Amino acid sequence: MGTAGSCRVEWAVLLAAMSFDLTHLRQLEAESIHIFREVAAEFENPCLLFSGGKDSIVMLHIAQKAFWPARLPFAVMHVDTGHNFPEVLEFRDRRVAELGARLVVACVQEAIDSGMATEETGPRASRNRLQTAVLLDAIERHRFDALFGGARRDEEKARAKERVFSFRDEFGQWDPKSQRPELWNLYNGRILMGEHIRVFPISNYTELDVWQYIKDEQIEIPSVYFAHRREVFERDSMLLATGPCIALMDGEEPFVERVRYRTVGDMSCTGAVESSADTIDKIIEEVAATRITERGATRADDKVSEAAMEDRKKEGYF
Amino acid sequence: MEMLRFATAGSVDDGKSTLIGRLLYDTKTIFEDQFEAVEKASVQMGAEYTNLALLTDGLRAEREQGITIDVAYRYFATPRRKFIIADTPGHIQYTRNMVTGASTADLAIVLIDARKGVLEQSKRHAFLASLLRIPHLVLAVNKMDLVDYDQERFEEVRNEFRDFAAKLNIADLAFIPVSALHGDNIVDRSASMAWYQGPSLLHHLEEVHIASDRNLIDARFPVQYVIRPQSGEYHDYRGYAGTVAGGVFRTGDEVTVLPSGFSSTVKSIETFDGRVDEAFSPMAVAIRINDEIDISRGDMIVRPNNQPTVAQDIDAMVCWMNERISLRPGSKLVIKHTTRSTKVIVRDLSYLLDINTLHRDEGAAQLSLNEIGRVQLRSQAPLFFDEYRRNRQTGSFVLIDEATNVTAGAGMILGPAS
Repeated sequence: MGTAGSCRVEWAVLLAAMSFDLTHLRQLEAESIHIFREVAAEFENPCLLFSGGKDSIVMLHIAQKAFWPARLPFAVMHVDTGHNFPEVLEFRDRRVAELGARLVVACVQEAIDSGMATEETGPRASRNRLQTAVLLDAIERHRFDALFGGARRDEEKARAKERVFSFRDEFGQWDPKSQRPELWNLYNGRILMGEHIRVFPISNYTELDVWQYIKDEQIEIPSVYFAHRREVFERDSMLLATGPCIALMDGEEPFVERVRYRTVGDMSCTGAVESSADTIDKIIEEVAATRITERGATRADDKVSEAAMEDRKKEGYF
Repeated sequence: MEMLRFATAGSVDDGKSTLIGRLLYDTKTIFEDQFEAVEKASVQMGAEYTNLALLTDGLRAEREQGITIDVAYRYFATPRRKFIIADTPGHIQYTRNMVTGASTADLAIVLIDARKGVLEQSKRHAFLASLLRIPHLVLAVNKMDLVDYDQERFEEVRNEFRDFAAKLNIADLAFIPVSALHGDNIVDRSASMAWYQGPSLLHHLEEVHIASDRNLIDARFPVQYVIRPQSGEYHDYRGYAGTVAGGVFRTGDEVTVLPSGFSSTVKSIETFDGRVDEAFSPMAVAIRINDEIDISRGDMIVRPNNQPTVAQDIDAMVCWMNERISLRPGSKLVIKHTTRSTKVIVRDLSYLLDINTLHRDEGAAQLSLNEIGRVQLRSQAPLFFDEYRRNRQTGSFVLIDEATNVTAGAGMILGPAS
């Protein structure tokens, strides 16, 4: 009797525990929602950085969930390099209108025209560095005190060490050596005037988690993520799209290939990969089987050196 | 798929980075470009073999000095579980980083070099895991290849550690003999240790039962944010948003709101995806209640027959994390506990704990960086808390220095102070 009784109790505990399980995607989502609400409650003027890439789309989707049925209690900002995929811009405007959100566009082109920034020249010119100056200028002008970014810790090793609430001094700089300890789900967002916090609500998602979440939630993403035919050329073993913002060098021959993008950023330095994945399921299959990280495969800006990301982050990059 | 968060503590000498590198490599988590970068860096540093430790040491200063400074988070998955590794440095000067990594972990792996046996450092790691109430501990006895995969040596180390662990609060302790360098008992059972009948490390990580580690008894809902659309069809909508910190809330439940003490019933539990009948930790939801009571951030919704302690005087273990200032009686700080922030004053420091010997120094005048001690605090406004060992969410807090805004300490509540 004693044995049977204790057996029954154990089963009851086990069954109870089983029904209170959350899948990893639900746990990750709950953590992100918690982070959004903390920021909305504790900051005066937060803003969400939206690039039109899948990570910021997922981030925006979760933000909507965190405050439903109310509108987003913060603005959405796009740092526009002027080298965008038209499909992505169209997507951005539609999504922002659906949400009834306030869109702020910080233009690299305007900064160049006004003389605030000087454009690099030559076939390898990139507006990557200019983005940082334009971003910091916009933060100062709009007096944003918290900025949500879609960075993930699995992307890159400097990011693997960054806090969810990442402090930026009055120059917008990150100091990896004096980061605030971050324990449990207690985030310290206290700052002085002129300082701000970068907040990364989807820090703990991997690339595969993002795709599985997009599938589960049936989130719409720009068409460039799916396999399509595009005129490209090869540079540094990456496929770059031809277009007005990039000049071909000697020996570079354009050709048409079936490709898709794994990341979406500035057209001049975001590479496409050969792919026939034209559905979310096929993309998940491809991502699960791939042997190269998304930044390694598609980002010329990260190939500069072993610490390229760390260096740019210190200066105030996303 | 379930998710398991685990912490690893150790230094390069224990083979911690090799162990993590091995787990990532054997589960095919390391990508070719990452591996190439590590190979290239190893050659540049003049290493004889590809140094998998370079995969985890992400900052320039860490690579240059060959040490791990900060917590790094790593990710991998098997068909059964998604894993988040909090990879923390093991040296005593990085105790704060270990405590940080341990705060969210379901499981900790403590590494021991089979040749050296249980060192001061391994004891310290096990103590911190028990202090932070990590429910599961794995002692990985590494470098078994260097002791000829000897069963007797493994058992000696195991017994030595078991004697020490008896003094700690460790709910679940497992011992696994491994060689991270050669992959023995990491993913697959080792052919060189047929005498070992237990699971491989990865198998243990996949199977360890974590669902009942959460508190599903004491219903706690710290209010984070009030959702008020004030528009159209939702004109009168008022949802109390938050993350369930314990127990289960159901529609129709009678609830009490702290600190006001007013009672009402749960009208509905809402999410973007629709209403749910019940909410439990760690779900993020919005609770609507039937009566109009004034509720704001920092309040807590609980059940009338199961309430947390409400007090201004708390007794806690504190780990100090700041190098510029120290904690001493009379120190004034800001406490962040659940969604409530208020000021505290340090009333007393009962003792400083030597985390190597567990000796209590009752004459200590202050806590400095990486020191742990028992302190009594008095808060300006009452806090609603449970003992940390009963609930890690409602029993934990951080201390913030008001002058610099840095997080200077982390605390685990023992109970109300008399």
